[in-house]
Amino acid sequence: MHDTKPEDLDRRLVRILQEGLPLVPRPYHAVAEGIGVAPEEVLVRLQDMCRRGVIRRIGAIPNHYALGYGANGMTVWDIPEDRIAVLGEHVGALPFVSHCYQRPRRPLWPYTLFAMVHARDRVTMDQKVNTLATLIGSAARDHQVLVSTRILKKTGLRFAG
Amino acid sequence: MTRIPLNPVERRLVDSFQRNFPLIPRPFRILAETLRLTEGEVLHTLGQLAKAAGVVNRVGPVFRPHGIGSSTLAALRVPPERLEAVAACVSAYEEVNHNYEREHTFNLWFVITAATPDRLARVLEDIAHRTGCEMLNLPLVHAHHIDLGFPLAWN
Repeated sequence: MHDTKPEDLDRRLVRILQEGLPLVPRPYHAVAEGIGVAPEEVLVRLQDMCRRGVIRRIGAIPNHYALGYGANGMTVWDIPEDRIAVLGEHVGALPFVSHCYQRPRRPLWPYTLFAMVHARDRVTMDQKVNTLATLIGSAARDHQVLVSTRILKKTGLRFAG
Repeated sequence: MTRIPLNPVERRLVDSFQRNFPLIPRPFRILAETLRLTEGEVLHTLGQLAKAAGVVNRVGPVFRPHGIGSSTLAALRVPPERLEAVAACVSAYEEVNHNYEREHTFNLWFVITAATPDRLARVLEDIAHRTGCEMLNLPLVHAHHIDLGFPLAWN
């Protein structure tokens, strides 16, 4: 066993687990066996990564497209930086917003708040965007909805080596 | 678009365990107890949903991209007639984990995650140079909401 540091073990766990847990009665044991460490160590490392926020959640990851959530809209809002903190919390708390991020303003890109909206179809999507527009109100100078027309690539995180 | 019908047990399996999957030696037994199934039934159903139906991508952790490397959201303004070729060029980088076509003049949006900030900068430069397209580099400033899954409406 040459990798003994926790961060080395974490990196190997990330690489293996981005493909998902094996669907067997003792999945963490199977993972531990695969990389030659004790099962308890795998559980401790995963608990630690959850605590530090490296792992957002552990669970079943649904394929929203297969479930009929065909419309995925990246809504972007031109909101002054000093108002984003409060509005971002409100927007992020809405049940149909899966991600809500602040990103930097650019010369060609005035939008500072990004909220990802999932819906079954365009009509429902428009209703949800309207709800957002009402909530944000005049704080947004402009907004746009960038609907995804195609997924060209979607994989878990991968690292070279 | 096709929508795969699920029975009530399958729905609960998908919906109820988007987070808080147990970190204990036999986690599927907890799911089974909650849903009044056997551990074997839970494993079989999840396997079916993952493989046959493609309704579940996987069961496991969701990692925070910037928690384990250096990442950004980038976009390219691609002339429509070059979109296929440019998208293929971008997707070919193993550091690119999401790549979407979107309705906008910036029509190609992708997430890059690299092991180090240097590597991230090199990949961005490389893509800008090879495609010759106008690029936006929009790294995260602040996350107001992290993806904890969302309740699925089954109607």
